[in-house]
Amino acid sequence: MSDIRFTDQHEWVRVDADIATIGITDYAQEQLGDVVFVELPEVGKELAAGDEAAVVESVKAASEVYSPVSGEVVDVNGEIEATPAGVNEDAMGDGWFVKLRLTDPSELDKLMDEAAYAEFVASLE
Amino acid sequence: MRYLPLTETDRREMLGVIGVKSVDDLFRDVPESAWRDGLVDLPRRKGELEVERILGRMAGKNVAAGSVPFFVGAGAYRHHVPASVDHLIQRSEFLTSYTPYQPEITQGTLQYLFEFQTMVAMITGMDVANASMYDGSTGCGEAVLMAHRVTKRRKAVLSGSLHPQYAEVVKNLSDFADYELEIMPPALPGKAEDIASRICDKTSCVVIQTPDFFGELHDLRAIAEAAHAKGALLIAVVPEILSLGAVTPPGEMGADIVVGEGQSIGNGLNFGGPYVGLFATREKYVRQMPGRLCGETVDADGNRGFVLTLSTREQHIRREKATSNICTNSGLCCLAFTIHMSLLGEEGYKRLARINHAAASNLADRLAKVPGVEILNRNFFNEFTLRTPKPAVEVVDALADKGVIGGVRASRLLPGVKEVEDLLIVASTEINTEEDRAAYEAALREVL
Amino acid sequence: MSGMNRQGRPTSIANTAHGGTHNTFTGNKALELEEALLFEIDNPGACGVDLDEPEGYTSRLGNLARQGRIGLPSVSEPEVVRHFVRLSSKNYSIDAGLYPLGSCTMKHNPRLNEKMARLPGFGDVHPLQPQKTVQGALELMYELGHWLKELTGMPGVTLSPKAGAHGELCGMMAIRAALIARGEDESRSRVLVPESAHGTNPATAALLGYKVDAIPANAEGRVDLEAFKAKLGPDVAAIMLTNPNTCGLFERDIVEIARAVHEAGAYFYCDGANFNAIVGRVRPGDLGIDAMHINLHKTFSTPHGGGGPGAGPVVFSEALAPFAPLPYVVKEKDGSFRLVESEADAKADGTTPFGRMTAFHGQMGMFTRALSYMLSHGSDGLRQVAEDSVLNANYVLASLKDDLSPSFEGPCMHEALFDDRFLKGTGVETLDFAKAMIDEGYHPMTMYFPLVVHGALLIEPTETESKQSVDLFIATLKDLARAAKSNDKARFTGAPHMAPRRRLDETAAARKPVLKWSPPAPAQAAE
Repeated sequence: MSDIRFTDQHEWVRVDADIATIGITDYAQEQLGDVVFVELPEVGKELAAGDEAAVVESVKAASEVYSPVSGEVVDVNGEIEATPAGVNEDAMGDGWFVKLRLTDPSELDKLMDEAAYAEFVASLE
Repeated sequence: MRYLPLTETDRREMLGVIGVKSVDDLFRDVPESAWRDGLVDLPRRKGELEVERILGRMAGKNVAAGSVPFFVGAGAYRHHVPASVDHLIQRSEFLTSYTPYQPEITQGTLQYLFEFQTMVAMITGMDVANASMYDGSTGCGEAVLMAHRVTKRRKAVLSGSLHPQYAEVVKNLSDFADYELEIMPPALPGKAEDIASRICDKTSCVVIQTPDFFGELHDLRAIAEAAHAKGALLIAVVPEILSLGAVTPPGEMGADIVVGEGQSIGNGLNFGGPYVGLFATREKYVRQMPGRLCGETVDADGNRGFVLTLSTREQHIRREKATSNICTNSGLCCLAFTIHMSLLGEEGYKRLARINHAAASNLADRLAKVPGVEILNRNFFNEFTLRTPKPAVEVVDALADKGVIGGVRASRLLPGVKEVEDLLIVASTEINTEEDRAAYEAALREVL
Repeated sequence: MSGMNRQGRPTSIANTAHGGTHNTFTGNKALELEEALLFEIDNPGACGVDLDEPEGYTSRLGNLARQGRIGLPSVSEPEVVRHFVRLSSKNYSIDAGLYPLGSCTMKHNPRLNEKMARLPGFGDVHPLQPQKTVQGALELMYELGHWLKELTGMPGVTLSPKAGAHGELCGMMAIRAALIARGEDESRSRVLVPESAHGTNPATAALLGYKVDAIPANAEGRVDLEAFKAKLGPDVAAIMLTNPNTCGLFERDIVEIARAVHEAGAYFYCDGANFNAIVGRVRPGDLGIDAMHINLHKTFSTPHGGGGPGAGPVVFSEALAPFAPLPYVVKEKDGSFRLVESEADAKADGTTPFGRMTAFHGQMGMFTRALSYMLSHGSDGLRQVAEDSVLNANYVLASLKDDLSPSFEGPCMHEALFDDRFLKGTGVETLDFAKAMIDEGYHPMTMYFPLVVHGALLIEPTETESKQSVDLFIATLKDLARAAKSNDKARFTGAPHMAPRRRLDETAAARKPVLKWSPPAPAQAAE
């Protein structure tokens, strides 16, 4: 069983103890095309589930990244700020956006698991 | 009709291909209540000669600046534009091309925009410049909105010596966008304006013009420091961009955004437009900038080329989250600016600035000798303010009757402000000869 | 016979080993000339102007005299002229060929208009000269306003907005000013904008603090009337609608939409970008519109100039006319013209302008060109403009209906919308198709806009294209569509092959922006 959860806005969240790591899915990075810019929140910011956490831009599009869960920002990925291509290269891993200290783990239950998300993406094609 | 190539035969054939009887059928979605069979109540078509006669008659009713001793500035300046400028901007490939959205076939436009951006950054002393705004006044409004975005604050403070119509444009935008604004009372040359004390931790920016509305030059270093100490930005406004050939640029005095009116270089007076807004800032704020940006890149063969870039700031992608709603800007006026600047070059730009300064300095010396006249300015470039012993509205009028267009009365732009009623703002550029200055002096002696 | 022409030039075509495609030493390809940046042809000591150093004056710069080098290039006039002529050769233009950019109205720009705008009485007058010395300029503004009001059937006009988006802003400000005057500014916070709108519409509404609410399109490419009515309410300030819309279609229900908008106490803003299709035939005032901007650089043919300058006058209904911004021109009883510049003057006139959009009085250079265009066409010629532009677009739509995939049933107005269904399975995308048009000598149509159809191709031929020109364009698109469907992918995905530049790397440009030229770094000194 995977500890990773997905939203229908194509964000993923992976939880380790009370720390939630958030990024965009591989499907999302493919749809966006070459990522050229990432705007990340300040560490210490409080986010509620559904709040805008970050912005990701390709040449022709700008998208908001919404936080799937609530919590305080404890870390942001400086690597993708400096080298946005990292999002395209490893969206589900090194291309993560922010880490939150989770305030309400029950929010995770509302999100899709890997199989459900795969089915959801398949339905979009 | 000379501009419409379709003939009646063509139209018939085309309607046949479409499969309708008449062109009316193509308009069948128009609701009946709005259907018009007849022509609107306006004159019928005219040949070139007739149009020339009508418009020539209207043009003839105006006093062209080049036909008289002419000393009007206040945000628009008459300079000599080399003949090659107007020739080059009328080349079809520049004149009749659209915004460079297809970079492979618009490298001409893109390259001159890149050159334009570079020149604007150089003369203002800033890191980056955009590919133009509509004009200086609207650029000033956009600069204030940008400062609000950068600082995440909501209040701007405008100097009282900012061009009053620029201030009105900012006020209008601020009112409608629900931002706060403080406009200082008119600040005449020689009177210190205590704007630093108006800055607090809610202030997003301070807006100062130099040379200001009354022609006075300002050292921005202290106010830049005061603004930065409170986390606010300094916006410097330069309506006479030629001044930067002689004067320390705002970028070297701590400005965070520089807004200029580029009309002086390459562009005519045109009764107020089209002009070209210059907009420059620090590298770290580039993503908060309004307007188009051109950037360097390479093509599939590895050759250098240019594209519009960072477009995600703009309305066609970001829609309601865009940094500005601007789309069309001042492309061809940028080109005129760039060509004229190329002709001037480093030495020509600086020398032309010195010639302007000398012209105004000499005129000020002359007019100061006229009994009752006082020059208010201490430091100026090519424009200064006179105090006249009579209301300036009468002086300007009487001068015009004597064939001298002698300047702008301050009360035209600051109606109802008692202390400016006897002030006349006078500009002199390289177009004025010694005879023009003598004519001005003589006329002024007569009307006072 | 023999021995003829042995010394003269050969008269037959030579066989070349290279097939005409070798790399040249210069990088030039005959008439296609490479050009460096101005800063790279800098030659200190050269200068393109002759100016004498001024003498005998007192410096009044105080401690503000500029120090040091600016970095501007030094170039003589012949080099400057050559530089810009070479740059110009890298641009496509209407004068060179058909420019079918949908929603942009790239029509012929009569040169008479250029000549008129350069008359010293228009081009060489200052906006702040005494008004008695600019009576003809004020008359021209008054006259242009009159034409715009007559053509639109609207009683009010302002000329000052500097472009279409600025006009939108102006129109929406007038609407908000009217709501403030009614005491309903607080309660009306929502603006309805169709999904198919230009990006400037939502950007404008958002700038004024309005919440933008999207109205969906129906299957016919028009506003879904029922969905629209459902969104109306006491909190709606306005609707911003383009008509003809960005799908190139006339909004059939527009009168009903206007009625519903007014019944809800809101105002109707119309984006007039596509006025060309109906000028002289349909008056927006008869449709119930409250404010509409007019792009003089589209309908009235002031040149686009590589992205401006334009002009965006706005016409107003009776309800909004009193709020039109400063300045405006009035005609006095004695036949003279007066520019109303201040709130005090306006008050005396009985109007309540909402403020000021720009310093001075607007884009006079565009006003002169537009009036010259209007006088030339007259009421009859302008009606013909609308009819021919609609005819050309429908001819394109009908001729290509089996080759490309039209998005909606015709008739269209002045532009024809297709989507990328015809490219399905070919591996060719809208972008590739458009880039292949460049090799054929055409500027591509508007692509990927409007957003309501997939891979949009929006074609606006305009009325100044001859049938012969449109026929060749149609034949070209048919050939390209055939090639795409018959697996000639290389013709598309690598296109353009023959333009001054191949496809440019926009990703690299955005990731590491280089927005100005910098002097090359001096070579590192040896350790």
